[in-house]
Amino acid sequence: MNAPLTVEQLLPELDHTHLDWLEEEAIFILRETVAAFERPALLFSGGKDSCVVLRLAEKAFKNKGADGQYKGRLPFPLLHVDTGHNFPEVIEFRDQRVAEMGERLVVGHLEDSIKRGTIRLSHPLESRNGHQTVALLEAIEEHRFDVLMGGARRDEEKARAKERIFSHRDSFGQWQPKEQRPELWTLFNTRIKPGEHMRAFPISNWTELDVWLYIARENIPLPGLYFAHQRQVIRRKGLLVPLTEVTPLEAGESVETAEVRFRTVGDMTCTCPVESPALTATDIVAETLKVTISERGATRMDDRTSDASMERRKKEGYF
Amino acid sequence: MAPLATPPVVKDHRALRFLTAGSVDDGKSTLIGRLLYDSRAILADQLDTLEKKAAGAPIDLSLLTDGLEAEREQGITIDVAYRYFATKQRKFIIADAPGHEQYTRNMVTAAAGSDAAVVLVDITKLDVNALPLPLLPQTRRHALLAHLLRVPNIVFAVNKLDAVADPAQAFHAVRNALLAFADQAGITVAGIIPVSALRGDNVTQPLDADWYNGPSLLQLLESLPPAQERKDGDLLIPVQYVARDGEGTGNQPRTLFGRVAHGRVKAGDAVQIFPSGHSAVVAEVRLAGEVVDVVEAGQSAGVVLDRQLDVSRGDWIATPQTIHPVQRFSATLAWLDTEPAQVGRKYWVRHGNRWVQARITSIESRLDIHTLDAIDAHQLAVNEIGHVIIETQQALPVESYADNRVGGSLIIVDPTSNRTSGALLVKAAQ
Repeated sequence: MNAPLTVEQLLPELDHTHLDWLEEEAIFILRETVAAFERPALLFSGGKDSCVVLRLAEKAFKNKGADGQYKGRLPFPLLHVDTGHNFPEVIEFRDQRVAEMGERLVVGHLEDSIKRGTIRLSHPLESRNGHQTVALLEAIEEHRFDVLMGGARRDEEKARAKERIFSHRDSFGQWQPKEQRPELWTLFNTRIKPGEHMRAFPISNWTELDVWLYIARENIPLPGLYFAHQRQVIRRKGLLVPLTEVTPLEAGESVETAEVRFRTVGDMTCTCPVESPALTATDIVAETLKVTISERGATRMDDRTSDASMERRKKEGYF
Repeated sequence: MAPLATPPVVKDHRALRFLTAGSVDDGKSTLIGRLLYDSRAILADQLDTLEKKAAGAPIDLSLLTDGLEAEREQGITIDVAYRYFATKQRKFIIADAPGHEQYTRNMVTAAAGSDAAVVLVDITKLDVNALPLPLLPQTRRHALLAHLLRVPNIVFAVNKLDAVADPAQAFHAVRNALLAFADQAGITVAGIIPVSALRGDNVTQPLDADWYNGPSLLQLLESLPPAQERKDGDLLIPVQYVARDGEGTGNQPRTLFGRVAHGRVKAGDAVQIFPSGHSAVVAEVRLAGEVVDVVEAGQSAGVVLDRQLDVSRGDWIATPQTIHPVQRFSATLAWLDTEPAQVGRKYWVRHGNRWVQARITSIESRLDIHTLDAIDAHQLAVNEIGHVIIETQQALPVESYADNRVGGSLIIVDPTSNRTSGALLVKAAQ
């Protein structure tokens, strides 16, 4: 077997100081958020983008000890909206990281919203991704958060390309694309009225490749399903659908075992893995350099419905 | 004649952020699509969508940059969109400023903080045999706006070379006209590049023609230096966030966080706090959670002082005796709100990390957007730019925007709607 590839071998001419610049920008935005708002929270799902933001938050607010660990506590809680259809290993990872870091975690459960009747499912196995919005807005109201920091990136999807770093939401949690505030220099307009809130996106300017380069450089822990593993899958409409209790086998289909990894980890009903032998973040960088299908297109069943599906969900208050 | 800057070798691998300016039909969307396509930043599923739309014809690269559904319905782009691509040399961020209504607002937003501007010139709209060759008003406007906002590198991309009979003659005529205009306006040109975005000529691949031996557009962009604030001389840090070390209350050491506006900071430096005027010595500096020797302009420092001082967000840390606060200053104001600027009304302004109340005490003139000549005017409406006098409720340590972007820029916010209504570039204290 060949020696493992290093990031330097993969991109010899790009010296990765651009990651320092992206890190500086993200830390600046995180501190701005905490300084300008009363009740911030950081969205943390255990997904790779939120793991990157969590590491950036440690660098922004904690001091690194001689043992390489960051000391102290973040000046905000972590927030996760649990659809009840998350991969169990991701939830396990989330709880383990929170415990290791000694942070506070607030979980908004979609099940609670269903019980309250604020979410009505048309059928029990329906994708719960779209319904996250309701549970998220209910969590914001309950905890009176005035800003949520999240790991969304502008390169993910067309509607996100025009998203601000500080994005205003009205008192119904809605995004008004035509009413966005111009963002000039780093003079962010963080003024809001009671009942409104903001979303802050510290890694707006990162691409999927930047995220993986940073994970490799910083040795950021991730849930195991981001790396190659054997999994039972069903081939359906050009996607590999993982066999789970909420995505059962349909008539005429067969199950096979494949070596796969997940590029995103969302709701089980709509997140698919890709075939890959990549075992480390560096392997994934190598694959990302060769990849020809965008992250959301390869792995999200719900985004395939329409070219504009993300914009519609964003307007309704989705992240 | 304004000299063409020779591309220096860039060792700084910060991403280069550039804005693209062009009018309808100049081929701007096609150019951006071409940059993304040739640098393989477009992925198979996105291409799929385009190929379906093209139904057998060559794909329309301009469709790649059109964003929101609301805009697709109207067939125009109405907001700044950000696009990303990377070469082996560098990461790029494109701030795509649409060329329709709201134009000035979008371009000001895209230009604030950009390292370069690519101004598109549609060669098919020019009479290349005329002497002198008249440029289009929008070309002048785009270049002048970028210059006004002090975008450090201004590049002209002369597009649609594929559509003219004698590209060598046409390009040279346009090039001479652009150089003459730049010279007259005091603009230093970073490059004038002939391209065909449609065919891909000289965008990422060098042009194979005996009449041009300069760089391709991408080669030029790879070589441009990113904007930098000065690292030498006196120190200035706007305090962004104050953190207590450890839990509980009492006299704990506090860390004052802020991005260094100019100069550098290290342990042992004597500093003065504005507005309290108190002095202290820097005990320790931190960068991203670690103690370091020095933090320079452009980086966010964590500063621990040798004594307990009352310092809050919005204060400034500076080399002693270097802060000269003023309550009245002259500025260039770009108005961004549909509600016109109101002389005498109280607005919020943000300078550094401080919010204060302020008034526009007078509007002195409005700029002719095509020439930048000052026209006698006492009102400013949306997308207009003018010269104003500002009075603030507290004195602020403003600097000239030409000297320092951090000390010289402010935003105006409407206190009723909370909309960002204007951008101020400080000229001088009054």
